[in-house]
Amino acid sequence: MLKNEPGGVVTCAAAREWSPSRRTHALVFSDPDRTVAAVRRLQQAGFVVVDVYSPFPIHGLEDVLGLRPTRLGVATLVAGAIGGIVALWFQIWVHTVDWPLDIGGKDDLALPGLIPVTFELTVLAAALATVFAFLWRRGLFPRLSGAPRALPHPRVTDDRFAVLVDERNAGFDPRAFRAIGRELEPEEIVEGWRVE
Amino acid sequence: MAMTETLRPIDTASPTAADGPLITGSPTFTSITQDISAPLERRAGGAWWVAFLFALGLLGTGFWLVIDTMRTGIGLWGLNRTVGWGFAITNFVFWVGIGHAGTAISAILLLLRQRFRTSIARAAEAMTIFAVICAGVFPLIHMGRPWLAMWVFPYPNGRGSLWLNFRSPLLWDVFAIGTYFTVSLLFWYVGLVPDLATVRDRASGLRRRIYGWLSLGWNGSTRTWQRYEKACLLLAGLATPLVVSVHTVVSFDFATSVIPGWHTTIFPPYFVVGALFSGFAMVMTLLIITRRVLRLEAFITLKHLDAMAKIILATGSLVGVAYGTELFMAWYSGNPYERFTFFNRAFGPYAWAYWLMVFCNVIVPQIFWSAKARRSIAVLFTASIFVNVGMWFERFNIVVTSLHRDFLPSSWSHYAPSWVEVGILLGSFGLFFTCYLLFVRLAPVISYHEVKHTLAEQRSGDHDHAQE
Repeated sequence: MLKNEPGGVVTCAAAREWSPSRRTHALVFSDPDRTVAAVRRLQQAGFVVVDVYSPFPIHGLEDVLGLRPTRLGVATLVAGAIGGIVALWFQIWVHTVDWPLDIGGKDDLALPGLIPVTFELTVLAAALATVFAFLWRRGLFPRLSGAPRALPHPRVTDDRFAVLVDERNAGFDPRAFRAIGRELEPEEIVEGWRVE
Repeated sequence: MAMTETLRPIDTASPTAADGPLITGSPTFTSITQDISAPLERRAGGAWWVAFLFALGLLGTGFWLVIDTMRTGIGLWGLNRTVGWGFAITNFVFWVGIGHAGTAISAILLLLRQRFRTSIARAAEAMTIFAVICAGVFPLIHMGRPWLAMWVFPYPNGRGSLWLNFRSPLLWDVFAIGTYFTVSLLFWYVGLVPDLATVRDRASGLRRRIYGWLSLGWNGSTRTWQRYEKACLLLAGLATPLVVSVHTVVSFDFATSVIPGWHTTIFPPYFVVGALFSGFAMVMTLLIITRRVLRLEAFITLKHLDAMAKIILATGSLVGVAYGTELFMAWYSGNPYERFTFFNRAFGPYAWAYWLMVFCNVIVPQIFWSAKARRSIAVLFTASIFVNVGMWFERFNIVVTSLHRDFLPSSWSHYAPSWVEVGILLGSFGLFFTCYLLFVRLAPVISYHEVKHTLAEQRSGDHDHAQE
């Protein structure tokens, strides 16, 4: 994680892997509209905005950042289909092959009676897959230290919006960046290192 | 603070707040975090401890009575050969029903983009989970040997070819409630993750570590938010049919039997509407207390309570229509057993329970036609208690009065609960309130990010968004 210590000294858990190319700058704002405007301005000036960290989702920002639409729905659909098919197949197998039961002379294969369990397992599989696919793809899992992988500013989960600019981009010009930083008037600019 | 200048207070005249704002006062993102965190970060007050110890006491009593039932046997209950289902099943259906409002608020209202849900969804979802836990306890006890509870799941076993009967409604219940509980829990937890991160970033030491662990390394990245919103939408879509299916399946326990009073096709919609009705009443009861005790009146406003009162009025009236339909069909069917059962329900030995139910569920909610009543805390609270009681008695009527006078008058009997059964019911309330009281101390009762999002949208109602 990134840590901004008093006195302006920036330290980082990954400091021993320090390399000039991993430096990042987080422009911290307190208003979502100004954050989006800043992203646009930085992109116009040729800077690469890696990500924006915010206390709540800012709608429209994913288009500004050029994020690909998520394919999470595919996981939901596939898992739901598998769940439903397996559930139905298993019940049919139990009632016709492995353990046929004569209940009042009714058919072994009485499909309407199998619908509730099939439905429930379809939904269960789809929901589990949706959540775990989301957590897995976003690298969200409990870490022993309890610390997040990267937190450009300690208040991005509270009332701050951090626009993260990556210096690794070949066209990065520190002087132009300082100028644009002054122009955008962020609350503060936090320097850190990119955590892979 | 510099940021307060950039944030304007919510203007009640803004187009997004036609009849009063959803969040009152002049909140900022900072103040929202502080106000919602306050109950978590201050020491528990005397009232909380009194309530908690009382709930814990009830839970302990209930637990001890369950153990006593296990050791001594079912003779401790008031059940007999004719009335084999009594308090336990009544309580089971009651608690499952209570849970419905949470899922309806979090899933259906999310899909319908009803913004009033944001402040109440978290507490309602928590209520769902605790109610389903309470519900699950009763079939477990009713099995008589809860240590063999795994027999309700199909697992490979060494008893020859031995599986479950998947055509049994009681087994459908296992899957319906198991799925319902799992999906509700996932939905609730996914919603909590960003907020637990907020708690983490305000804490230090061990507390920070624990909340850090629970918040799964959340950092508010836009990429994560984008997928997060999609995941929530998908979960809402999946949970919506569950709202309808769970109580439908519970009603099948009754409707697929041949008992007059149970064997009716109206049961699935009737149960679902009743469940929403009782669930919203319980949410109302809990939130009126919660907003007062935790001083969250700015977030859970009269507008929220008003909206819920309208839902209670609508569902209560639908329940009334269902009661009328039941009576009509019993008469119209021409089936003498069916006719007798409903005549007996309304005028037999349990008539008091029937009319109590009609009064609480049909008459009382009609007061909500009045806008004044919908905005009076005293009226809302009293009516919600009446509905809770009425809906418990609805299940009691369905379960007991259908059974106690069956086809053979020689086997007719009467059922009255023993004090052990009453104690176990109170114990389930103890379990419910113990969980809820722990929840309000350990997790944000209102979603930080959803309220902030609502605030941002309310503010940008005045001027155009650059990105829209």
